[in-house]
Amino acid sequence: MAAGVAAWLPFARAAAIGWMPVANLPMPVAPTEKNKRQDELIVLNVSGRRFQTWRNTLDRYPDTLLGSSEKEFFYDEETKEYFFDRDPDVFRSILNFYRTGKLHYPRYECISSYDEELAFFGIIPEIIGDCCYEEYKDRKRENAERLMDDQEDNKDSKLPNMTFRETMWRAFENPHTSTMALVFYYVTGFFIAVSVITNVVETVPCGSSPNQKDVPCGERYTVAFFCMDTACVMIFTVEYLLRLFAAPSRYRFMRSVMSIIDVVAILPYYIGLVMTNNEDVSGAFVTLRVFRVFRIFKFSRHSQGLRILGYTLKSCASELGFLLFSLTMAIIIFATVMFYAEKGSTSSKFTSIPASFWYTIVTMTTLGYGDMVPKTIAGKIFGSICSLSGVLVIALPVPVIVSNFSRIYHQNQRADKRRAQKKARLARIRISKTGTSNAFLHSKRNGLLNEALDLTGSTEDERHHNKTTSLLESQHHHLLHCLEKTTTPSQHPPSFPLPQNHEFVDEHLYEQNCLEGALQNYTSRSPSLSSSGGLTGTCCSRRSRRKSAHLPNSAMSPGPPHGLQELSAVHIHRSDRPPLSTSRSSLNLMPDEAMRLNCKSGQITTAIISIPTPPGTTPEGDGHGPPSPSVQTTAGSSVVKVSAL
Amino acid sequence: HDSSNKRGLKAQLRKLIPCSGGRRASARTQNSVEDELELSAVRHRPEGLEQLEAQTRFTRKELQVLYRGFKNECPSGVVNEDTFKDIYSQFFPQGDASTYAHFLFNAFDTDHNGSVSFEDFVMGLSILLRGSVQEKLNWAFNLYDINKDGYITKEEMLDIMKAIYDMMGKCTYPILKEEAPRQHVEIFFQKMDKNKDGVVTIDEFIDCCQNDENIMRSMQLFENVI
Repeated sequence: MAAGVAAWLPFARAAAIGWMPVANLPMPVAPTEKNKRQDELIVLNVSGRRFQTWRNTLDRYPDTLLGSSEKEFFYDEETKEYFFDRDPDVFRSILNFYRTGKLHYPRYECISSYDEELAFFGIIPEIIGDCCYEEYKDRKRENAERLMDDQEDNKDSKLPNMTFRETMWRAFENPHTSTMALVFYYVTGFFIAVSVITNVVETVPCGSSPNQKDVPCGERYTVAFFCMDTACVMIFTVEYLLRLFAAPSRYRFMRSVMSIIDVVAILPYYIGLVMTNNEDVSGAFVTLRVFRVFRIFKFSRHSQGLRILGYTLKSCASELGFLLFSLTMAIIIFATVMFYAEKGSTSSKFTSIPASFWYTIVTMTTLGYGDMVPKTIAGKIFGSICSLSGVLVIALPVPVIVSNFSRIYHQNQRADKRRAQKKARLARIRISKTGTSNAFLHSKRNGLLNEALDLTGSTEDERHHNKTTSLLESQHHHLLHCLEKTTTPSQHPPSFPLPQNHEFVDEHLYEQNCLEGALQNYTSRSPSLSSSGGLTGTCCSRRSRRKSAHLPNSAMSPGPPHGLQELSAVHIHRSDRPPLSTSRSSLNLMPDEAMRLNCKSGQITTAIISIPTPPGTTPEGDGHGPPSPSVQTTAGSSVVKVSAL
Repeated sequence: HDSSNKRGLKAQLRKLIPCSGGRRASARTQNSVEDELELSAVRHRPEGLEQLEAQTRFTRKELQVLYRGFKNECPSGVVNEDTFKDIYSQFFPQGDASTYAHFLFNAFDTDHNGSVSFEDFVMGLSILLRGSVQEKLNWAFNLYDINKDGYITKEEMLDIMKAIYDMMGKCTYPILKEEAPRQHVEIFFQKMDKNKDGVVTIDEFIDCCQNDENIMRSMQLFENVI
């Protein structure tokens, strides 16, 4: 429950009087305040700066340091104030959280100091309000990245027990980890350079023999170039195979961009080997040699900058695509216009619209080669319009587009963040809601268990840990309980056992009940013991697999499928009677049950049941349901088992 | 807000064309300025503490605590219906409390001006927590009587009942049947409608409630809330 509306709980309870004339059953008793204190001001001295607030304000969040009894550790008897040796500036935000229910992150604060203060005061950062959450997350991410970078620098030491394969992979990925890796790194770099230079030099015409025209060096020194090529490809192949061997996930490695570049770089050579020097395929073969230029991309393993550029292009792909599309539109328009304008003139170079594309592109980018020029007047007019608009279309929007793209890109990221935040926020709300209702169901069980234990004369200390809920919670639960009673139909004449209450249940049981209703096609539940015992045979099968260890002797219940075990069942064994299982829903029957059992001179010894505080009461929103309580049983034949969903 | 934008645009266009009815434009902008002033936060300050002390049955300290909580949640001093629904829904996470909150809002908003001020709030609470049984029953009758005509008809009661059942939500045990509210209304009318004329008047209501022990006892339930 939010802080502010805790103040409205008295109003909600008063308004519950509106249900009273409608209800047919008596209402449960209201919880009383044991020690009702007048609200008082308390002084919080944080490193000399004094803050004052009402005690009730701090009590709104009982699971933080200031809201719980943990602050008593900081109480100073002489000055009658609470002293904290912490940062007073950050404390301002923390105290405002208690006052307004919203936690804000001040932008000028260092993220790690803020986190430390939050951790000290027991406040989780997930409840930072939407206004400041994005900023907080951004700063936190930056900080984490910085820490990670620092860590990477420190990762020089070799981890023990690394397999040879892992060592090799590390050597490939971080060349500066060992001398061998560095040597390998430089050697491959050298060979890449050699290979690229070879490809380039191959085509240079070098010295001519007197009877022939200039031949490119490749044809003159064929053998030498072939040997160089072979050597490079050997090295590259070996490198690729080694990487493939060392990769932790071969499939993922083979799909990565770098490995594809590697393959494309060495493939032409092998294809050239297997293909004969046939005239027909030599054309294709020559084309394949073009792919050797891809070896230059292998440098991107050696250069961080290239990788970043590639990544940037990839991420701006959609914006670049849009730019290209608008350019294409303009080109087509102007090419069409120029073609039809120049159609009339003789010996025009504008033979077709695609031929005019070249003119349009050259003109719009203000290159103006001059190999194609319009001759007619209309063509010249449109040509000038084309070149003017080329300036506008290309030169002007480029900076605008660049900044737009940067803005849109960031906005997109923010929209994604907001969507993720929204999901997280809804999840938090849902969790807190289920937490509240789970807390209510839990405390109801505790309350009824209390009554059962009362009747069996348990000792004080077995009951004390059931009173861990705060007064606010017990009042809220009482309110929900009244609502349940209001909506329960009464029976005439009141039969025994008591009629079923209209109750809140959690979602799983509700779904199970729906399913059961569909299966069995029944319309009414008779509140007799046997069938109600059978009702709760249907509990979530998902959970039963996890918790089956807890219930070795669950009673078999008729009707519902036997595969499902009883989970939330309270077994009260007695030594001289067969095990009697009571359902959770008919816990209301328990007082009478217990009374009847008592009358029949049975011995019910109680077990020590420890039920931890349900997580729903904390604003942590763990997302897990109430934990299954540990069950310890006393020796002997009497066993009380309580398990909760 | 859209209309004021349009007005602004027309004014700008007029400025481009000189000497064209500039006076009319200024009158229009005057109106839009006033509209905007109205839309800004409505503030409400309650009457003095002494007056409230005299009108309600709360002590000075209790009024102080109440006002602090009230003002914290509604800094402008008044609660409108949406805020009211929000606040009330937070207490019933599993169901939909908005319909019932709507009826509750009408019951608290005694002068029917669309907002609950602190005086309305505290008067209502005074009746509910410190009033006599007669006054409480009167308040409840007023809540059920949606159109405030002095009679509770079956339709009104059905609306109220459905709103209450809505608050439970659907995850209940046993599963809510469609006709449960209707049945409940039937039981209610059987009990309350003595002369079987299909409506429940205030006297029938008060008589019947005073004869029912359960109801009497539950009316005293929230005595010590503040």
